[in-house]
Amino acid sequence: MIISNLQRVAAIASVATLGLGATAASAQDMPELVINDEIAITTHAPAPAYLENLDEVISGWVFRSTETQALQMDDFDNPGMIFVDKAIDAWDKVEGTAGKSCAACHTGGPEEFAGLRATLPKWNEEKQALYTMEDYINECRTERMGAEAWKWSGADMTAMNALISLQSRGMTINVATDGPVADLWEQGKEIYYTRVGQLDLSCANCHEDNYGTMIRADRLSQGQVNGFPTYRLKNAKLNSIQGRFKGCMKNVRATPYKEGSEEFHALQLYVASRGNGLTVESPSVRN
Amino acid sequence: MAEGVKPRVKVPRKAAAGDVITIKTLISHKMESGQRKDKDGNVIPRSIIHTFTCKFNGELVMSANLHGAISTNPYFQFEAKVPEAGDFTFEWLDDDGSVYTDQKSIAIG
Repeated sequence: MIISNLQRVAAIASVATLGLGATAASAQDMPELVINDEIAITTHAPAPAYLENLDEVISGWVFRSTETQALQMDDFDNPGMIFVDKAIDAWDKVEGTAGKSCAACHTGGPEEFAGLRATLPKWNEEKQALYTMEDYINECRTERMGAEAWKWSGADMTAMNALISLQSRGMTINVATDGPVADLWEQGKEIYYTRVGQLDLSCANCHEDNYGTMIRADRLSQGQVNGFPTYRLKNAKLNSIQGRFKGCMKNVRATPYKEGSEEFHALQLYVASRGNGLTVESPSVRN
Repeated sequence: MAEGVKPRVKVPRKAAAGDVITIKTLISHKMESGQRKDKDGNVIPRSIIHTFTCKFNGELVMSANLHGAISTNPYFQFEAKVPEAGDFTFEWLDDDGSVYTDQKSIAIG
């Protein structure tokens, strides 16, 4: 009897220590992400005012295991960089009826696009539409190169997306939520908070109410998209934002929207804006 | 020559004489196993990196024989003692006869 009571006391004590440990970890022992010993990444930032239910936005990197985190700290170890190298080759490749490569117009190289990734998706005044990186790349291919459009989450597309996004690495995400995109942003917010599928879950149920806790063998993140295209150990390739949305929707047994659809554009805008204050990490490494 | 093959090597630019340094190498390569078939049912011939060597000023530092069941993009990390300034040369041999090479110099200081 005495022994079992003692055990119980010990158990309670260890639970209490764990609880304290967790709070202390989030405040003090934050792991720091510095890539190649030079690019400092903001992994914790105060939440933008329009996020009613969060005080702090946190990069998905924080939720990963030490080994996975280490992969992103050095470009040599980051498997996503293999695809960036492939895109560097594709940059000079002439394709389509106009006989042009990317380099034919963009003479400054991919570096011309420094800063672009931090503002996407954004309103394209000329096309009167919300534009993501994929939209920009395919517009170039179909209208200026006379080449075939790339598949949304195809290997060519995610690699080129990673190369262009890489130029903005370390810059602070600043996605506009007002002006011409205000309605789309509201639509995206609505999708974010709407329960869907047989499991009847909204994005918020996992990524807002339960981030940091385990979902099967995995730790839930806030679902930030600042690191996309992301190299996932799970499928050993780069993954697009909307491809990831699709995966999430399948997981809750819902019928996913199509990649490139208006719904996913709206959702991408809203989710990207939830990361305002974090920095671009593309190509990040996750599991 | 297989498509999209690119060797990458990371060697510190300088080290003190006698230092043990860490070398990382990675080659993007399909490592076609020879077990797969194409759309028409023909076997795709095996094409893997079967040998890797690293030499320092002509002297062998490390070599490896690779066989089937090694994943795509083989990665090697190993340590080497640097007695003097010189060049590391790296060589990957492909089943199809291709040789991929890379070279890195290291200074003493």
